[in-house]
Amino acid sequence: MTLPEGVEHRSIGGETGLATRGDPVYGEPTDGEWRRWDPHRSKLGAMLTKDIDTGLAGDDTVLYLGAASGTTVSHVVDFAGPTYAVEFAARPMRDLLSVAESRDRLFPLLKDVRSPETYAHVVEPVDAIVQDVATRGQARVAVENRQFLHDDGQLVLAIKARSEDVTRDPEAVFQDAIETLEETYEILATERLEPYHDDHLAVVAQPE
Amino acid sequence: MNARNPPEPGWFVGVEPGDVEAVARGIRDGHATESSDWPGRALESGFAEDEEEYYELLHGATIRAARAEVARRESADDRQLAHAIRALDDCTRTSNEIAERVAEWAGTHDEDARVDMEYVREVAEGAGEDPVEQRLSALATRTAELDDEADELRRFVERSAPDVAPNLSALAGPVLAARLISLAGGLEALARMPSGTVQVLGAEDALFAHLRGNAPSPKHGVIFTHEAVRGTTREHRGSAARALAGKLTIAARVDHYSGDYRPELEAELADRIERIRARDGA
Ligand SMILES: C[S@@+](CC[C@H](N)C(=O)[O-])C[C@H]1O[C@@H](n2cnc3c(N)ncnc32)[C@H](O)[C@@H]1O
Repeated sequence: MTLPEGVEHRSIGGETGLATRGDPVYGEPTDGEWRRWDPHRSKLGAMLTKDIDTGLAGDDTVLYLGAASGTTVSHVVDFAGPTYAVEFAARPMRDLLSVAESRDRLFPLLKDVRSPETYAHVVEPVDAIVQDVATRGQARVAVENRQFLHDDGQLVLAIKARSEDVTRDPEAVFQDAIETLEETYEILATERLEPYHDDHLAVVAQPE
Repeated sequence: MNARNPPEPGWFVGVEPGDVEAVARGIRDGHATESSDWPGRALESGFAEDEEEYYELLHGATIRAARAEVARRESADDRQLAHAIRALDDCTRTSNEIAERVAEWAGTHDEDARVDMEYVREVAEGAGEDPVEQRLSALATRTAELDDEADELRRFVERSAPDVAPNLSALAGPVLAARLISLAGGLEALARMPSGTVQVLGAEDALFAHLRGNAPSPKHGVIFTHEAVRGTTREHRGSAARALAGKLTIAARVDHYSGDYRPELEAELADRIERIRARDGA
């Protein structure tokens, strides 16, 4: 079983899938305290659905890079400990703020993940970095944020091929990204996220 | 993590926990080269009683800081940006025009007189007894000040265009983005334009000449200043301008209708232009 504590496969409304306990956020089906975690709307949700071992245990301290309006982050705080959520676009941040309001261990930061020095005075060393930024230089972002990870912490990364180069073969893009990551990380697992997300690679890694 | 150097201050250093504004400012403006056990250090320094209280203060502070910054960015307004870019163009045009006058006038007694801001600044410095020199130097001083104001306005445009239109600014650069918004009459108007119109924005004179039947149709307006067009050989410039206008139009629509940042637009544009230029070799 590789699901973090606080994440379960449950049947909600006649369909079995991942679920966490918390207030609903995006109109997902609920059953009592439990709410569906839709793998089509979340790369981390897809990883867990595909039984990828993310190393997340439950109660971890998390730095989440690319939080957008908080779809995935809201599930992360349901099972994790203090969660720092970085997002630099104002529009999704407005939605993220309403998610954070009712979750007292979620800390939204309107910052650019390419400039870790602008939030290093706030973010403590964490057990896990979850990254989903879909921007050019995704591997570089992970390398530059390595400083936030405990030496035995886990990087859980989704790489979107199209964000790097729309025309290159995704496998070639992923190969380059892995090479960059290997400067500072040891790769534990990689797996494509089809059928939930096309041309995305999941990477789990640990600081070298 | 590993505090080798004298520890840097965390977001909470030097502020009272009760001063919510100052605490939020600490989140927004602070920085550090390295992460550290902030909760532990906040307890040591007496900022918070226990971890529970620390996280409660952090929660309030991060929300307040992010909300203030979101509000500031969203109030960034396309009309102000359009005025600023027009004022910038006015200052530049006027200072150049008067610089010519200064050079022409100064040329009556200085054979090294030339039309540039450096020379204007030299003239501004030297004020003698002579009433002509006094007028000339005063005129030069005002010209230099106009030129300084143009620089200030450019900095203002560069700062505020990414708040008003993040994608358009990323693709076009902040100054060209502001110029397109200004020519279209606002971001919404730009977002509603077909890309063929965006392509010739700023070339209205040439366009009307073409419509009257005495000129070829213009291939590009202000977007000509973009590297994607300027850096492409003449025979492919029309295609480059069309491709660029297409992407700029999409960027303006995303900025107006959703406001998300879509970094892949840049990669897509770079790819299109590369392909167009590659036709040369073939
Ligand atoms: C694919 S979305 C993330 C979706 C989110 N992880 C979820 O599953 O709910 C990528 C997000 O990363 C953000 N982003 C892109 N570049 C960024 C940067 N340099 N700094 C911070 N956020 C960035 C984008 O604004 C966008 O909201």
